[in-house]
Amino acid sequence: MNIGRNILKTWQLYVLFLPPLIYILLFKYVPMFGAVIAFKDFSVMKGMLGSDWVGFKHFLRFFNSYEFWRLLRNTLSISFYTLLASFPFPILLALGLHYVQNQRFKKTVQMVTYAPYFISIVVLVGLMLQFLDPRTGAINIFMGWLGVEPINFMGQSSMFQSIYVWSHVWQNVGFACIIFLATLTGIDPALHEAAVIDGANKVQRIRHIDLPGIMPIAVILLILNTGQIMETGFEKILLMQNALNMQASEVIDTYVYKVGLVSQAMNFSYATAIGLFKSVIGFILLIIVNQTAKKLKQESLW
Amino acid sequence: MNPKTIKESGVDRLFTIVNYAALALVLLVILYPLIYVVSASFSSSYAIISGRVWLWPVEPSLEGYIAIFKNKNVLTGFYNTFIYTALGTFVNVIMTILAAYPLSRKDFRYRKAFMLLMVFTMMFSGGLIPNYLIVKELGMINTIWAMVIPTALSVWNVIIMRTYFQTTIPGELLEASQMDGCNDFKFIGRIVIPLSGPIIAVIALFYAVGHWNQYFNAMIYLKSQSMYPLQLVLRDILIQNEVNIEMMGNVKSVAARQGLRELLKYSLIIVSSLPLIIAYPFVQRFFVKGVMIGSLKG
Repeated sequence: MNIGRNILKTWQLYVLFLPPLIYILLFKYVPMFGAVIAFKDFSVMKGMLGSDWVGFKHFLRFFNSYEFWRLLRNTLSISFYTLLASFPFPILLALGLHYVQNQRFKKTVQMVTYAPYFISIVVLVGLMLQFLDPRTGAINIFMGWLGVEPINFMGQSSMFQSIYVWSHVWQNVGFACIIFLATLTGIDPALHEAAVIDGANKVQRIRHIDLPGIMPIAVILLILNTGQIMETGFEKILLMQNALNMQASEVIDTYVYKVGLVSQAMNFSYATAIGLFKSVIGFILLIIVNQTAKKLKQESLW
Repeated sequence: MNPKTIKESGVDRLFTIVNYAALALVLLVILYPLIYVVSASFSSSYAIISGRVWLWPVEPSLEGYIAIFKNKNVLTGFYNTFIYTALGTFVNVIMTILAAYPLSRKDFRYRKAFMLLMVFTMMFSGGLIPNYLIVKELGMINTIWAMVIPTALSVWNVIIMRTYFQTTIPGELLEASQMDGCNDFKFIGRIVIPLSGPIIAVIALFYAVGHWNQYFNAMIYLKSQSMYPLQLVLRDILIQNEVNIEMMGNVKSVAARQGLRELLKYSLIIVSSLPLIIAYPFVQRFFVKGVMIGSLKG
């Protein structure tokens, strides 16, 4: 077909698509190319294009800095911990809800477990600080009744990651289970009927019907989440940080923010280099995981 | 044959009991902190500081709520957040429709390439600093536009909406309209949007919650206090513990101040979440629907 004629015939679609296209180019692709300042010494006077090239200087500085291993270790351990802890619970919750006969109880559990998803991060962290406060916090008060000395939870690096991860599970388990619940409802009831006639109990039905049924979607979600492994929920980490837990709580994203936008000696190029390092690793991971999934003849993203 | 008519075996009965017990535990773990905050917010400051609140309000009072509304920042925060949310969501919905509709049309020649262009941005980004520099170059720092334009479109929501258009708007409808001389602009306005009420509601809700809860962009793009959205005001009070004197009223003793300081945080958590709490029971099923549509592979 003639390309020109087709475009002419559907020119209105191009007009409609123009604003989103400009947005994507301006706010997604221009910054991607703007990331070249990672290879330059960015100066406000000379601008993005005019600044001098310095090659891998900022990357090397980062790899050789004493912060590097700590940031990488914290980023990866928070991510893997989150990935492992938040993977099974939505599936278990969905399976549990699927076998509840009492509709009212089911609706109540659903309503309550979805709710924390909508709490803002600021309020969530505020809640955590209130509950974990060494003097007035509910948890320390309860522990006091049992004769346990108060603990300054937020002031201990060793507890930071657990507090981060389990509050994440608390907030997201309900919402994350929706998709599994929908998949379970979509499984052919004939399979269950046949299994019941063959004398299978509920545990066996879960193992041989339900789990295989939700496997494809679980794999897709796992791929998506693994691709996000370099993405820590840094807006939340930033709010949870204090001088005492910094050893365990500083991750690549929070460090980029501080180097680039907060510190007295702001360094756009250095911060961009660190951010770019993170994006590239994340992208490579996503591709590796997806290829592996393809090889295993499971679902893949593309 | 209905599975329910078969008598439950021993294993099944045990499973049911364990299942209900586990779900009841989950319910408790998630619900308890929420109940505690509500109860604490309606208690007296002395009850909070002496740790006597554990389930219901103790010495019921409204001191916390009264203290909040003495703070001008909270009120301006509410006002600003309301504006940002309304304007931001409006822009989001328009942009999402503009992107999703052409992508749903099979005769839109480069739709695969455009789709790839969009999906790629979900996997790779230039990072925080280049994004910040663009917003700065465009002169949006410390303007309302910084709260609206940089987040004008979410690719994920475009995919959801495109899937919806593809599956619910029949191709025959387009052909018939075209024969009647209806162009694409009119077709969107008169046919597509009226037929897509539910999905537009879902998408608008997703965006609106995002705007309401957003603090990070406001923190880096806004400089003047008078423009701060509610979440930034909350951050100052809840997390950085900056409670200003005017909120304390005529409370003098140190202990009483300490108590009120904690109490008003609980009240603030409730007040700031109020719009969501009120809307939640009504919109819950919409969110569920949105997740379902999003899960269909497009």
